[in-house]
Amino acid sequence: MFYFNSPEILNAIKTLGQSLDVVVVSQDNGAADWFDSESSVEHFDIGITEQNLIGIAAGIAHTGKTVIVLSMAPFVSMRAFEQIRDDCAYNRKNVKIIAMFTGLEAGYWGVTHHGIEDIALMRTIPGMTVIVPADSNEVYQAIIASGSAEGPCYLRIAGFAADMSPLANNNKPFVIGKSALLHEGNSMTLIATGTMVRTALAVHDALAAEGIQLRVLNMHTIKPIDQEVVTQAAQETELIVTLEEHFVIGGLGGAVAEIVAELGVGRVVRLGIPDRFVSEVGPYEELLGNCGLDAISVISTIKNLLKGG
Amino acid sequence: MANQQLISDLCEQAKILRRHVVSVAVAQESHLGGSLSSADLMAALYFYYLRLDDEESPKDHFLLSKGHAVHILHACMVEKGKVDATELPRTGMSGSRLGGHPMLSTPGAEWGTGSLGHALSVGVGIAIGETLNQSDSRTVVMMGDGEIQEGSVWEAALSAPKFGLENLTAIIDFNKFQAGGDIASVMPITPLVEKWKAFQWNVQEIDGHDMSAIVEALDSAQANKGPTAIIAHTVKGKGVPGIEGTSRAHFTQLTKAEAEAALSNLEF
Repeated sequence: MFYFNSPEILNAIKTLGQSLDVVVVSQDNGAADWFDSESSVEHFDIGITEQNLIGIAAGIAHTGKTVIVLSMAPFVSMRAFEQIRDDCAYNRKNVKIIAMFTGLEAGYWGVTHHGIEDIALMRTIPGMTVIVPADSNEVYQAIIASGSAEGPCYLRIAGFAADMSPLANNNKPFVIGKSALLHEGNSMTLIATGTMVRTALAVHDALAAEGIQLRVLNMHTIKPIDQEVVTQAAQETELIVTLEEHFVIGGLGGAVAEIVAELGVGRVVRLGIPDRFVSEVGPYEELLGNCGLDAISVISTIKNLLKGG
Repeated sequence: MANQQLISDLCEQAKILRRHVVSVAVAQESHLGGSLSSADLMAALYFYYLRLDDEESPKDHFLLSKGHAVHILHACMVEKGKVDATELPRTGMSGSRLGGHPMLSTPGAEWGTGSLGHALSVGVGIAIGETLNQSDSRTVVMMGDGEIQEGSVWEAALSAPKFGLENLTAIIDFNKFQAGGDIASVMPITPLVEKWKAFQWNVQEIDGHDMSAIVEALDSAQANKGPTAIIAHTVKGKGVPGIEGTSRAHFTQLTKAEAEAALSNLEF
């Protein structure tokens, strides 16, 4: 399991603290034990008060600091949306929100705990940077990179239930706004983000064994999105399929479709959580399967699409 | 007792601020009621308590959480020489720097506000940050009384005492009216003193038009351990006969006759 105190997160924060004046604010997640007096990082537990948490973060940032927020995706993105918009983004403060319990990771805890609208919400905010790392290495690099990005960042970090172990192909230098090409191919382009990059690689390998060569892109930054590679994919491959553990509305698929629609060339099919509440009870993997987001379902969907479906 | 000359000067300053607000309110519809109710408090803050000028160190922080009262902030900026008085009647018009809430373009506005219930949390954050900076900078947040119906205010109220923020002062402009009518009928907020005391704040209840009381409350807020809430009883639309203490005062345009009566009332 990957949690706020996983080495990749804590080490990244402490590394940032060596060059920046870093303050961590958290909410009732045990963080007080992680930032001891030896750490140069100050920490404050703000309790279960998301709106207040973000307002305080913006206020601390106003005094010349870089503030890291440790919070839970569904609650911070929805409950504190206006504070993120007004106090962090409009007022241009260096607040970096590390949001965990993303997508369907909370599993049987139910609909209230599923964080499946956050990319869409954060993407609507001017000046917001939205990053969705795919593995633990990328988590570390993304947090480090956020430190030198001006203004607020939303880092959607999975791992509470999803596997975040390092991905073999995903070892290029991390640059905000520049996607990573994981496989070259011309039959179609599969653009994935976050947890679904691992699934995309499995889908690629299964189809490659059948002679189908997919282009696979890890779109770790949703905003600013890598327009150049999306444009190339639309021009060079007949079909783009987007894959994300997020609503099909407004997330990666929405961002890609907006570019392609304006381009007037290419076709986009969005795979993600359908427009419904995932209210059935079951383990994480089962819920993903119910949404067609397991590798076998994605392979089947893509084969149908390639057949002209 | 506060210095009598100081009090007299601040009372004159408050009259000037109110005249500026009237110059906006006769030109167009505006949130004049809450601007006028807070004029004495703002006079004491901007011309006595807060260290805000560029050369002053440390600089204090002021957040107008009741952002719709921006006209009184604009008036203060005229008196600070950062806005020309001729800009006031053009508030909100094409090309003006002055909008309907504190904006990033507003001279002297430290924080963009407008949506209610935001700035007390921000103030808590600033007070924490300045404590970490080992600065003796002070942070003052001005809220409306209707505003504190927002739940986020009480999240912030809960958190300020935890961090022992004696550099934080919240002022509640208790003018008894909100947009939809009198607060007691829309959504009662009383008892205010007891609420803030229960949240572990130092509380001072004053007449928000008594300049001596305002100055004394601000002075003693500095000496308190932990955060201080000043509950200032005020009159909505204070200074404009016929408008004072009415629901209409919240957002309206003054007729020329009303403005003339107001200016005559606000003579020195």
